[in-house]
Amino acid sequence: MKILTGNDLRSGAVTWWNGTGWSLFVDDAVDVGDEAKEILAREEAARRVNVPYVIEATIDAGGHVRPAHIKDRVRALGPTVRRDLAVPTAAKTGWDWVI
Amino acid sequence: MYRYDQYDQAMVDARVEEFRDQARRRLEGKLTEDQFKPLRLMNGLYLQLHAYMLRVAIPYGTLNAHQMEALADIAEKYDRGYGHFTTRQNIQYNWIKLEDAADILADLSKVEMHAIQTSGNCIRNISADHFAGAAADEVVDPRPYAELMRQWSSFHPEFTYLPRKFKIAVIGSETDRAAMRLHDIGIRIVKRDGEVGAQFFAGGGMGRTPMIAPMIRDFVPLDQLIIYAEACLRVYNRYGRRDNKYKARIKILVHELGAAEYTRQVEDEFAHMLSVGIEPPREELARIAAHFAPPAFVDGPKTLDRSDPDFALWVDRNTHRHQHDAYVSAVISLKPAGGIPGDATADQMRLMARLAKQYSFDELRVMHTQNVLLPHVRIADLHAVWSALDEAGLGSPNMDTIEDIIACPGLDYCSLANARSIPLAQRISERFAASGRTAELGELKLKISGCINACGHHHAGHIGILGVDKKGTENFQLSLGGSEAEDVSLAKITGPGFDEDGVVAAVEKVTDVYLGAREDGERFLDTYRRIGMEPFKEALYGR
Amino acid sequence: MADNLGTSPDEVQFRFRDDDPVDHGTVTVDSALEQTNANAVRIEPGDDARLLLPFLDRLALVEVNFPAFGDGRGYSAARILREAGYAGELRAVGDVLIDQLSHMRRCGFDSFAPDKRLDEDDAARAFATWENVYQRAADARVIIADKRHEA
Repeated sequence: MKILTGNDLRSGAVTWWNGTGWSLFVDDAVDVGDEAKEILAREEAARRVNVPYVIEATIDAGGHVRPAHIKDRVRALGPTVRRDLAVPTAAKTGWDWVI
Repeated sequence: MYRYDQYDQAMVDARVEEFRDQARRRLEGKLTEDQFKPLRLMNGLYLQLHAYMLRVAIPYGTLNAHQMEALADIAEKYDRGYGHFTTRQNIQYNWIKLEDAADILADLSKVEMHAIQTSGNCIRNISADHFAGAAADEVVDPRPYAELMRQWSSFHPEFTYLPRKFKIAVIGSETDRAAMRLHDIGIRIVKRDGEVGAQFFAGGGMGRTPMIAPMIRDFVPLDQLIIYAEACLRVYNRYGRRDNKYKARIKILVHELGAAEYTRQVEDEFAHMLSVGIEPPREELARIAAHFAPPAFVDGPKTLDRSDPDFALWVDRNTHRHQHDAYVSAVISLKPAGGIPGDATADQMRLMARLAKQYSFDELRVMHTQNVLLPHVRIADLHAVWSALDEAGLGSPNMDTIEDIIACPGLDYCSLANARSIPLAQRISERFAASGRTAELGELKLKISGCINACGHHHAGHIGILGVDKKGTENFQLSLGGSEAEDVSLAKITGPGFDEDGVVAAVEKVTDVYLGAREDGERFLDTYRRIGMEPFKEALYGR
Repeated sequence: MADNLGTSPDEVQFRFRDDDPVDHGTVTVDSALEQTNANAVRIEPGDDARLLLPFLDRLALVEVNFPAFGDGRGYSAARILREAGYAGELRAVGDVLIDQLSHMRRCGFDSFAPDKRLDEDDAARAFATWENVYQRAADARVIIADKRHEA
């Protein structure tokens, strides 16, 4: 599936497109099919997100949305070396999920 | 150390307001991200993996206790309670909000600090020997020249949109502790027949095409220092490549023209600029230099009680000979075994500030090795300093050892990275601390970068590790034989890369080869240079 | 004239001169070297501004084009012309944005014809950004170091 991610313009927080807005949790990401370009242009112009982009992802065995690239998995959870600072859903996903 | 006058303060304040206005225009949609990006970068504001990152300049690595306390306050007020000291003697915060950035800059300006030109295609924060004004082997204190250049390079109207970033380092001794020849311009302040001048090197750098800067002029008289630098920059601004971002650094220009031709062009421009007369008045250098007068050292004991072996080990490892024989410079290690190289919590920053106030004439230095230095500590006070550091987890006796690893933030934080550097540093430092072989290995500089941009200086490591992306998984290339010091050299890749477990094992193997082959007094680097790559390759890859 | 490039006076949004602007277009540097009567030239980023030095007396307008704001070669071109005594109009054209205005002014530009008209208030603020300056440049401003050591 194709999902959208970016950073919140004001706070810089990692966000994921959930179909109506931008969520802090990767599991909320929805498949945008071939509408990526349209949504990205609209959302960036509205300054609801900064430098958004489209990525490949899958739903893994645990039912989690899993970005194809390790960089986006690190973004989804937080620095692997500061697990105390992770996004709240990281505990559900587990750190092995990143690597 | 240097203190702002009304002019310096006004410049920094004006910059805060300018940035506040730029951020406003971005949030109002008057600036696109493409237009805003170079502006925020010139104020040190990046967009990284998890948030904005703010890099604060610490000019030539020098700061006082009050400034360090302000850095701690910012870590708590705007970030998540810590900061990361970098290989260019700066500090960066990882969890910054765009809407807070101008307020942070305003807080910084209250303590004579800023984030000016800590990124962008401009002249970056000037770095210098972290032992400046303290080291016993110093010929000339480089800080006044670094400060003169800081002012010259701040908001330079001609050199704000260079082909690429531009890094300058200044040293004042034969020993090079600032990786001077791996900078776009490296300057060594020298004395010839009693006259002080500047030796210029140009075209060094790391990144994807590492180069050692050739010397382009042996002696620039001090009252022409700025003119000569301006000539170097103008030739680069006009002729540096702009067609390919990866070939845009000055090292490529110097390499493609040849050092002799680049030098000729600089000399022509220099001759022209001498006639224009752009050097600041000579008294300005004297005014700046007065700020760096030595503190009021007092005589005291030159020996100490070594009965506590932990203390004695720390003294042997982490202190450095001082110009005054009752003092030493003491390195505060930000490299606890298993820790994150260069990270310090707000509380640790406050402790370092307190120790600086109490024991080091209110001065601290950020070292390019991502440690912090107390430059002037009385030998009589060393035990008290060590005890306080040890209690706060800052007393690791590991300067310049295999545990004193330089590592960039890597894929845990950085949007450019291909692989994580920090976990590797943690595993290696932990492994060697546990095996107790650190001391036996002696000086061994291990440097890790998470991508080809080489912020972790892997090209200059006795052992270097470069993280790469191999079909979506992290892979690590090992290299040997680099040095950023006066015996500068570039490390060579051993061969095929390793996974994370593999590269940790590989580091152990190369240290085994060294211990088996070393002759009296040889460092790892010396043995490598004597026996060459082959024995290491054999151990790593077999036949 | 073989080529007639450049901006017209009505495209100029900011001008810090009292004389009348040149009322025709500019020619390339190459053409200017061949044409003994050309008085208005356009410099592109890759051009060597020094080629114009022998003809500065006859030039009334030099346009420096910034096709992309991040290409800073035009700043050097401007200073080189001013250092050589060029006193005619020096116009920054192309991708000229708010945040480049003060530096361009310091490098000797005295007129500005941005591709996209700029917000007047933002521009006024930008031109006034620096009350004082550290470096000598093409403007005649007294630098901070001189002020510090005034008798």
